[in-house]
Amino acid sequence: MTVKQAIAVTVNGKQYQREVEPRLTLADFLRHEINLTGTHLGCEHGVCGACTILLNGLSTRSCLTFAVQAHGQEVTTIEGLAEPDGTLSPLQQAMAENHALQCGFCTPGMLITLTELLRDDPNPDDAKIRETLTGNLCRCTGYSGIVAAARQVAKGGRGIAGD
Amino acid sequence: MKPAPFAYHVPRSLDDALRQLASLDNAKILAGGQSLVAMMNFRVVTPDHLIDINSVEGLSGITVEDGRLRIGAATRQRDLEFSTEIAWHCPLMRAAVLLVGHRQTRNRGTIGGSLAHADPSAELPNVCAAHDARIEIHGPDGVRTVPFAAFNRTFMTTAVEADEILTAVEIDLWAPGHGYSFHEFARRHGDFAIVGVAALLDVDDGHRVTRASLSLCGVDAMPRRLPAVESALIGRVLDDGTIDDVADMAGDLETIEDHHASKSYRQHLARILSGRALREANARACLQKARAAS
Repeated sequence: MTVKQAIAVTVNGKQYQREVEPRLTLADFLRHEINLTGTHLGCEHGVCGACTILLNGLSTRSCLTFAVQAHGQEVTTIEGLAEPDGTLSPLQQAMAENHALQCGFCTPGMLITLTELLRDDPNPDDAKIRETLTGNLCRCTGYSGIVAAARQVAKGGRGIAGD
Repeated sequence: MKPAPFAYHVPRSLDDALRQLASLDNAKILAGGQSLVAMMNFRVVTPDHLIDINSVEGLSGITVEDGRLRIGAATRQRDLEFSTEIAWHCPLMRAAVLLVGHRQTRNRGTIGGSLAHADPSAELPNVCAAHDARIEIHGPDGVRTVPFAAFNRTFMTTAVEADEILTAVEIDLWAPGHGYSFHEFARRHGDFAIVGVAALLDVDDGHRVTRASLSLCGVDAMPRRLPAVESALIGRVLDDGTIDDVADMAGDLETIEDHHASKSYRQHLARILSGRALREANARACLQKARAAS
């Protein structure tokens, strides 16, 4: 048992202070320490992308980051994407409209990755969307609906699924 | 919790990091963590101390001066990807980094981490091999510089000793307008390559090759340069027949064999990908010559 360390992490605009073991991953911190269970853990070794969060605005595997590394940093999770009144973000709305999820397990990571992409590159082509999504595995949808949702939100909104 | 317990240290200076590394038993350096933490989650690696160098001043940055590119070890792969200096002066690295992992892992992963990890299939070490990079290493007795050929000793083993830290990479730039290409085959985009090929070419006004570098990853315990192929290219105009002939030489390599791919399949990939990389590097070099002449 190692000594716990005091950390302060800002998650979705709210600061949380906890004492944690250094070996606690950021993903486990989010889920078990502050009960934000929207971040999912699939493989826990950086392959599946389900646990993707934004760390200081950049998409990051929270299973490959220790909570102590997030001390003094800003984290955005799936719970931070909608408006405070619950209104879905345009991308979340588009995911629903395009049947971009079935079981929903990969969805938090997908949304975080695509939120970052569309922020940095508001008008990505399909190749760019697909290349970006290589870091997120989905075993249900075949990705078409997810790509269509991203395309719908992209500047100029170039159509919906199946076109 | 998946990783075994460890104590966590956050040095602010390189000297502090070196002191901690020298005084603590079974300590590991944590940079981007994209390979190390995965291995810790599997408990393949169980350090008693993690020394996080992300807050160490002066370990990251990309500079070009006097024909030399210098990249701090803690420079993130993302920063290589979006750097104008890299795209302009070292386009081979820009081509290769797009094949390294995914956006989410490039946001954290560092060039120094990739080199120190020394996966035999990794793209960035292969770029360093092709470019004859020099690796800067700091230790208790000061700084030393190791040519890449003496740096990556074997499978996941480098010249960095247990009390040392890899601090920078230096590359002597090729002439502006040189040809470059990186081709690989991986089962999924972003995976480590089964075989990857880095090619660099310079040509004269008559499109004869004046300088060549060809390096393969995924065929041996570390990146493998092919000096015989490089010599065979010098003085030749690279038409399809010539490229096919030298690609056949690459296909005759002795290669490793594992559960990912057999020896014969790796040889097949070495031949096909060498051909593609040389064709593309040659086309780029000749195009730049034609542009310069017009």
